[in-house]
Amino acid sequence: MNSIKRVLSLAALASATLILSACERPPVESVQNGFRGTGMASVYNPRTLAAEAEKNAVPASIPASADGPKAGAVYKNVKVLGNLSVAQFTNFMVAMTSWVAPEQGCAYCHNVANFAEEGMYTKTVSRKMIQMTQRINVEWKSHVAETGVTCYTCHRGNNIPQNVWFTDPAKPQGSGFLSGKNGQNTPSPSVGLSDLPYDPFTPYLLKAENIRMNGPTALPTGNKNSIQDTEKVFGLMVHMSTSLGVNCAYCHNTRAMPEWSQSPPQRMTAWYGIRMVRDLNNNYMVPLTSVFPAHRLGPEGDVLKNNCATCHQGAYEPLYGVSMLKDYPFLTGTPAPRAAPKSDEKKTLTMK
Amino acid sequence: MDYQNLFTQVQVVAEPHHGSHLNPRKDERERIGQPFLVHLFGRLGNAQIGPVYLGTIGIASLFFGMIGFQIIGWNMLSSVNWDPIQFIRQLFWLSLDPPLPKHGLSLVMPLSEGGWWMMAGAFLTASILLWWWRTYRRAIALGMGTHIAWAFLAAIWLFLVLGFFRPLLVGSWSEGVPFGIFSHLDWTAAFSLRYGNLFYNPFHMLSIVFLYGSALLFAMHGATILAVGRYGGEREIEQIVDRGTASERAGLFWRWTMGFNATMESIHRWAWWFAVLVPLTGGIGILLTGTVVDNWYLWAVKHGVAPAYPDVYSIPTVDPSATFVPPPPVAK
Repeated sequence: MNSIKRVLSLAALASATLILSACERPPVESVQNGFRGTGMASVYNPRTLAAEAEKNAVPASIPASADGPKAGAVYKNVKVLGNLSVAQFTNFMVAMTSWVAPEQGCAYCHNVANFAEEGMYTKTVSRKMIQMTQRINVEWKSHVAETGVTCYTCHRGNNIPQNVWFTDPAKPQGSGFLSGKNGQNTPSPSVGLSDLPYDPFTPYLLKAENIRMNGPTALPTGNKNSIQDTEKVFGLMVHMSTSLGVNCAYCHNTRAMPEWSQSPPQRMTAWYGIRMVRDLNNNYMVPLTSVFPAHRLGPEGDVLKNNCATCHQGAYEPLYGVSMLKDYPFLTGTPAPRAAPKSDEKKTLTMK
Repeated sequence: MDYQNLFTQVQVVAEPHHGSHLNPRKDERERIGQPFLVHLFGRLGNAQIGPVYLGTIGIASLFFGMIGFQIIGWNMLSSVNWDPIQFIRQLFWLSLDPPLPKHGLSLVMPLSEGGWWMMAGAFLTASILLWWWRTYRRAIALGMGTHIAWAFLAAIWLFLVLGFFRPLLVGSWSEGVPFGIFSHLDWTAAFSLRYGNLFYNPFHMLSIVFLYGSALLFAMHGATILAVGRYGGEREIEQIVDRGTASERAGLFWRWTMGFNATMESIHRWAWWFAVLVPLTGGIGILLTGTVVDNWYLWAVKHGVAPAYPDVYSIPTVDPSATFVPPPPVAK
């Protein structure tokens, strides 16, 4: 009798340990990224990290000489990459094929009987995407620095990058008389299976709704942001966190989320990232809506769009910060001079 | 050895009884059902189940409570398109949410935009208040003190602050708490984020002190009584006025280990006050949030509560929005 009890209590203890450990097998490593004793740490599991590292390996590339006749002079109908040498141009076309359409090959974008011919929508899209890549590398150095991006950063051998989004349509609901989900209360991967509003992309990465919920003063001075809006922002932050494989403390001192002076500098990079994704969605993806055939569009008839996971794919820096630009220098350049600073959103934060 | 087990070892089995006689005329209608024994219940508490007293107030309370419960349940079922399987699978995610912020303090709004939440809240409040009245009246009927009713009222205070008083003061029903498992937890996190970290709210601090303190006192007292059970220590009430060797040993143990001991009476007052003060102080803290204080972190800085830490980053982090210039527009 006693031994049965002992076995039972041991089994109960073991299952309690399993449940409480949240089902991820140790070990867990933490990397300090703030002042000691403040709990500022990034938490990693070396086992899952090893699997991630494999997925983020950079493909081999062969440099091509910039000398020789220009592609624009040799080939017909080269609109974006005319300044490249023929060697660079063909080299880049081969690389792009292996990054984006390794199975379909050239025929994915070109009429192989006449490469110069327009008409395939994929060609129009890829031309726009090359311009988008140049835009990111030239004008958004605030986010991508000199590391930059290539087609591979997002595509990784897929026609369509694996992490993209449509505006989430309202869930079917039993009755308009009873309550629906109001855009939340669903275990959705977009917000890490939490209960938060499951489309944090449309308001913040397409539209430019206010993200800053906190007031600038200790006492109330007119900050009317609602808890429900705060939950929407929370959803966006969960998306950023899961996309980068980091926890909140990677960008925030969580004792004072809005305080810039206490935040790790990565938060500035992330701030530019939000603006960058907004720029790309509105100026590159949305204008392509009419180019895509209907089966590539979402349930609301909208085009596929970017978010943080499109490039990051679980890594704090895409491809763990390895730059592929040295072999494709024509994808980057010097940014255009900019006007005097003008803030684009209402400042509701204390600056110390 | 019996006293050293985690589970109740002693189970006195006797003929089920209706309890003390109070008023022969009332006894009959106040005690519904024939009492019976359940051995497994006896492992945890008293083996006897019943008699039950419901009365008009109890029935009214259950009635309103069931209406509130049904409103929440049917709305959840509707939100998964009447799919019973999804209802079970997503149950912890499902929620009946408070009104949309645009409705402010309005009492007129579409049912699907918060009207059901208002009704569920009203029925649950009626149910809880009636149940409170019941605990009060039953205590009086038994000639007891009304300590249980007042302790329950402390919890009701926190419930009403969260769902009624505070939304009223900040001018929006949307500030109320959703009815749902995960949704109310998300609300809690978002509430703290919105109001600049609730951990810097001194009444939240007090509430935590009393919560953890309650657990500590509960453990100390439970352990002490079990430990002197072999000397009759569980007869606490008798020992208040007739201190036996159990009380003496328990008291000496605590004086030895920490120099001070509660008495058989005072330990129960400690426990009662600690428990009652958890929702009492917590409710005050919630009520002040958004009404008197908007950002608890900045409040804590202002009053010297939150320490400053040295800069540890290679470059200072500044708000980029001050200097941000959007890139030139894209050529069409």
